[in-house]
Amino acid sequence: MTDVNSIKITPEIVKEHGLTEEEYQRIVGAMGREPNYTELGIYSVMWSEHCSYKSSRIHLKKLPTKAPWVICGPGENAGVIDIGDGQAAIFKMESHNHPSYIEPYQGAATGVGGILRDVFTMGARPVANMNALRFGEPEHPKTRHLLAGVVEGIGGYGNCVGVPTVGGETNFDPSYNGNILVNAMTVGLADADKIFYSAAAGVGNPVVYVGSKTGRDGIHGATMASAEFTEDSEEKRPTVQVGDPFTEKLLIEACLELMATDAIIAIQDMGAAGLTSSSVEMASKGGVGFELNLDNVPQREENMTPYEMCLSESQERMLMVLKPGREEMAKAIFEKWELDFAVIGEITDTGRLTLTFGGEIVGDMPIASLVEDAPEYDRPHVPTPVRETVDVAAPADLNKAVLDLIGGEHLCSRRWIWEQYDHMVMGDTIGRPGGDAAVVRVHGTEKALAISTDVTPRYCYAEPYEGGKQAVAETWRNLTATGAKPLAITNCLNFGNPERPEIMGQFVGCLEGMGDACRALDYPIVSGNVSLYNETNGTGIHPTPAIGGVGLMQNSDKMASVAFKADGQTILLIGETKNELGASIYQKAILGEDTGRPPLVDLDLERRNGDFVRALIENGQVDTCHDLSDGGLIAALADMAIAGKIGATVTVDDSLPNHVHLFSETQARYLIAADATVAETIYKEAQDAGVPVSKLGVTGGDTLTVGDAVSLTIADLTAAHENWMPDFMAAAE
Amino acid sequence: MKSAVIVFPGSNCDRDMAVALEKITGQKPQMVWHQDTTFDDVDFIALPGGFSYGDYLRCGAMSARSPIMAEVIKRAQAGVPTLGVCNGFQILTETKLLPGALMRNARLKFVCKDVALTVENDTSTFTKDYSKGQEILIPVAHHDGNFYADTETLDRLEGEGQVAFKYAEDINGAQRNIAGILNDKGNILGMMPHPERMIAKELGGTDGCALFTSILNTLG
Repeated sequence: MTDVNSIKITPEIVKEHGLTEEEYQRIVGAMGREPNYTELGIYSVMWSEHCSYKSSRIHLKKLPTKAPWVICGPGENAGVIDIGDGQAAIFKMESHNHPSYIEPYQGAATGVGGILRDVFTMGARPVANMNALRFGEPEHPKTRHLLAGVVEGIGGYGNCVGVPTVGGETNFDPSYNGNILVNAMTVGLADADKIFYSAAAGVGNPVVYVGSKTGRDGIHGATMASAEFTEDSEEKRPTVQVGDPFTEKLLIEACLELMATDAIIAIQDMGAAGLTSSSVEMASKGGVGFELNLDNVPQREENMTPYEMCLSESQERMLMVLKPGREEMAKAIFEKWELDFAVIGEITDTGRLTLTFGGEIVGDMPIASLVEDAPEYDRPHVPTPVRETVDVAAPADLNKAVLDLIGGEHLCSRRWIWEQYDHMVMGDTIGRPGGDAAVVRVHGTEKALAISTDVTPRYCYAEPYEGGKQAVAETWRNLTATGAKPLAITNCLNFGNPERPEIMGQFVGCLEGMGDACRALDYPIVSGNVSLYNETNGTGIHPTPAIGGVGLMQNSDKMASVAFKADGQTILLIGETKNELGASIYQKAILGEDTGRPPLVDLDLERRNGDFVRALIENGQVDTCHDLSDGGLIAALADMAIAGKIGATVTVDDSLPNHVHLFSETQARYLIAADATVAETIYKEAQDAGVPVSKLGVTGGDTLTVGDAVSLTIADLTAAHENWMPDFMAAAE
Repeated sequence: MKSAVIVFPGSNCDRDMAVALEKITGQKPQMVWHQDTTFDDVDFIALPGGFSYGDYLRCGAMSARSPIMAEVIKRAQAGVPTLGVCNGFQILTETKLLPGALMRNARLKFVCKDVALTVENDTSTFTKDYSKGQEILIPVAHHDGNFYADTETLDRLEGEGQVAFKYAEDINGAQRNIAGILNDKGNILGMMPHPERMIAKELGGTDGCALFTSILNTLG
């Protein structure tokens, strides 16, 4: 074995570690000497964009994170909210973009594994997985391969672990041709008084490693995630980790079994930057030191160096601090589940991370400097110019435009994807994929959680501030449409290179919009992740701040769903349609243009309309509801008709051109259906409440008819909607 | 009716099976760890779905050799009604308690959806509350559900009434659309679809209930 610490640190080595010369000098200053090779590696990952949030922190601090029901906000492994009756929901979303582009199956699979660990680390049993996926345009030669691999990876991991993958969203756009986005979210349930945190405590207490053995996979994953892509990025395949969902399943069961005792003081999963980041974070939060003996780290490969052990991102590993004397009991649990268990160190009062190997000290760093001295940049940012309002032309043939839209890549059914995910295991999925939000019962109760992931990158690209607002508002609306009360969000902020002022401008704009929406809707951010440098050869992705919203339903029997339920029901539109076709999916898909202002989000109206609709569902007046988003009124009507196999006859007035009525993406709108007498009451209640409402028509028949503008059979709509993706993917085989 | 659910490392439908059994029989089943060598004197044994041993080697192959399986095989051969669902079915074929094998789905993809089944046998312990030819809706969730056996075995299974359920249409390439089979004595059923997932309207339907009531009504 070569002694890596004898390698002389040169400017090239510093650069290879993704550190600037100034950052290196900062390390030398913090340490009071030159770091050795292992120490340099540790600093480089701790100070990477991925781990240190050095470009984003200054802006993230401005986001609202508090509410009376928030038990734990950002900063821990995941966010925690109170859902009553002594129970808590724990959730987070995280990106695994670069690995998934290089190796889609393993990249996506380990993305799921990582976010599951973030959630069960805190004591929760994971109950639902979600995802938010962005691929390049369908015509791009890699799109099929990436889509197939990512979906198979997400399914391969989640299905085996036995946590249902209950929904998500998928977009296609050329801006993701060279940089797909794979964002995975997990929601778990725990007792509110049994939440586990990561702050280490108790000098002399044992530091314990459990789970899989450490190998050489994933070294420098965090550094890779903090750099732009280039054409040779595929050579980085060895930096992609390999997942083992079977071990993860055992790890979940073993950890939850140990958590039922009182042995654990602190626990943290080994995610990005592996052993290094988990031990530094635990020690830093507890204000203590760690002394680790690397000889005791369970190893999968021979002759691993300290550098490799510290930076490996091998999956399915956890680090814990146990109460003294509980090691044997804990070990018995992990042995029952056939997992490694090793005491690898102890807590010290030095405030330093001290690494020994072969009887020698191979690394010795002040923990505070690894965390607190990390650079924080206020990078220059220029706002995206506000666009001009435009008039968007009508299509040559409305019927054809409708079929092209719901039968195209943007709005077609995602059934091909979610039928590859076990979305029913655990026996509590009562709102399956394909609706506005997934709904999962809180096991053994009448309560349920609604979950939705959303963002409209077109809007964020056109006007970051409005796009940021809209992303938050859309999850809020999707949860509301099932009857759930939206409680909090997690996010995954995917952007390009922050060193470019226009990209940083997008980031700042989106965050301002998100913050305003969260405040107006009492809908705080409790966890999240930032993924920058989503660029290939200098071309950035559309700004994509994916939002994962979680809401609570007290009585899941009242849940509303999208499908029309019966003939002869009155269809009401809640909210008012305006001429807002700028940056719409109609404009993009049918006209091939992207101009004009995106729809503007009026947060007061959003709240008023949403609260009104939710009350209708909660008090049992309505069980059929769909929010309006991409594709506007006609896309929503088509969804409801296809899902219910029931047609509808509606009319629109002449205040706007037909194509505007049909395709406008004005926000804060919902469609509901109810028996005529109930609908009459609702109509009056809406008027009294100052909520815009209009009677659109009635359900029934086998055709969707809008005045004399649109007439399409359910059979034709269904065929268009369902066939696009299977046909597209079959063309690859 | 006393029942036992065998839990292997990687089982993940064990809780769902327990919930269904408790709901329909009124009694919590005993959960039995695979490393054990014996369990209570029960009336009914269930091998749940999941990915025991991660489906590594071959689905069900390692679980079939778990310590508890010697006891399960002994009791099943002695006539204790035994149900294997999904991975449980795979384990039953690996133990040779049931003939045939479950291969990778013909389209090579995992498939999770509600599928229509036709009831082919309405006289067994597990199916008497259904009627022959009845169409029921039960979900599948598997990657390896493509049932294979040689022609002679298939003829015998069909001729002797040992085919319990067929898929109404092809979903995984299974020979003769076979979704579930019984042993020759009729006390062992293996099936890929998940009846324990269809026990309540809010979960998508109740067509799975009759399977459990059949067992309950037979055993009392």
